[in-house]
Amino acid sequence: MRSHAIPGTTLFDDEQARKGYALNRMCFSFNSAENRAAFLKDEDAYCKKFGLTQEQRAAVKSRDVLKMIAAGGNIYYLAKLAGIFGLNVQDIGAQQTHMSVDAFKDKLVAAGR
Amino acid sequence: MARIIGGVGTTHVPSIGKAIAEHKEKDPYWSPFFDGFHYVHQWLARTKPDIAVVFYNDHGLNFFLDKLPTFAVGAADEYRNEDEGWGIPVSRALKGDAAFSWHLINGLVADEFDVTMCQEMLVDHAVTIPMALMWPGGGICPVKIIPISINTVQHPLPSVSRCLKLGRSVGRAIESYQQDLRVMVVGTGGLSHQLDGERAGFINKEFDKFCMDKLVSDPEAIARYSITQLVEESGAQGVELLNWVAMRGALTGRVSELHRNYHIPISNTAAATMVLENQAAAQRKAA
Repeated sequence: MRSHAIPGTTLFDDEQARKGYALNRMCFSFNSAENRAAFLKDEDAYCKKFGLTQEQRAAVKSRDVLKMIAAGGNIYYLAKLAGIFGLNVQDIGAQQTHMSVDAFKDKLVAAGR
Repeated sequence: MARIIGGVGTTHVPSIGKAIAEHKEKDPYWSPFFDGFHYVHQWLARTKPDIAVVFYNDHGLNFFLDKLPTFAVGAADEYRNEDEGWGIPVSRALKGDAAFSWHLINGLVADEFDVTMCQEMLVDHAVTIPMALMWPGGGICPVKIIPISINTVQHPLPSVSRCLKLGRSVGRAIESYQQDLRVMVVGTGGLSHQLDGERAGFINKEFDKFCMDKLVSDPEAIARYSITQLVEESGAQGVELLNWVAMRGALTGRVSELHRNYHIPISNTAAATMVLENQAAAQRKAA
């Protein structure tokens, strides 16, 4: 219930923290360039090493940020994963809101008017 | 005795670090934000602080979710930055003042803020970007920093009211330090923004204005918001406002607004910069 109190928002609470631990721990490892390269070299093996759940593995494979959040991912950690694919927060904002990146950027500019 | 000269609030969006590295300060996209720092530079040149106490939140550089303190105070003579995994250049190390840090820690714990004490602490973009904005050029930063990390990542977060009180306790501790130092306080992050979920891209200009106004005149008005209300009004990551609230709490004297810049958007964020002056009671008496 807590997670759905604000539409389109999943508070990173105790439930999410427990659920997402393996995924977030893997993303935390991406602070290291060596680990980012290891992930790119063999994604399956890298995910296995961190014990991702099936749901988390599928979410990472699909590159779908909403699915990663549903699997317990925290956005600050997921951003480190997105960075590996050269995606910034406008790219993942557009993906999550089902908009083009230009339309998402326009929406941000419009918020200032 | 140490004296609190004032506070600066500023956004710490990671892409600012990239913009600095790529010298984009004068680009049309960036100049409305960077131009807001001209005043800050003049103020710093005039007031010459020795120490900056920086309230910020770590985004998974020094702390992971395995052990996440609600409040943590750096107690080192140097703070390094490292690769954060999202492509911002690594900044040069910042100087600390361990003796001053321990004085603050002693004051905080005596005041029942049972903080985590960190003799080693990496600082992320939430510290390095504000410092680079205030002292641009990539040279050695002329102030020593005391980083104070507030958990804005893992709920339950400390309440707004608690962060205001934390700031007040820090303010009292600063003013009881025997050395004759000029101290500024900094609150980083915000203002309204949300990176995650279908609500990504949420920005709330009216609420930001309310917060900037009340930070000066009546911080208790912000402290009445619950964390859930804050997420609703400010966005899931707009809760970084807690760092600004703590900064304001540390200004224990008569506070006045010297400068404000507000621009939407920088990255996904409503970017804000404020300079608040603190006229301590002792100063007023002397004047």
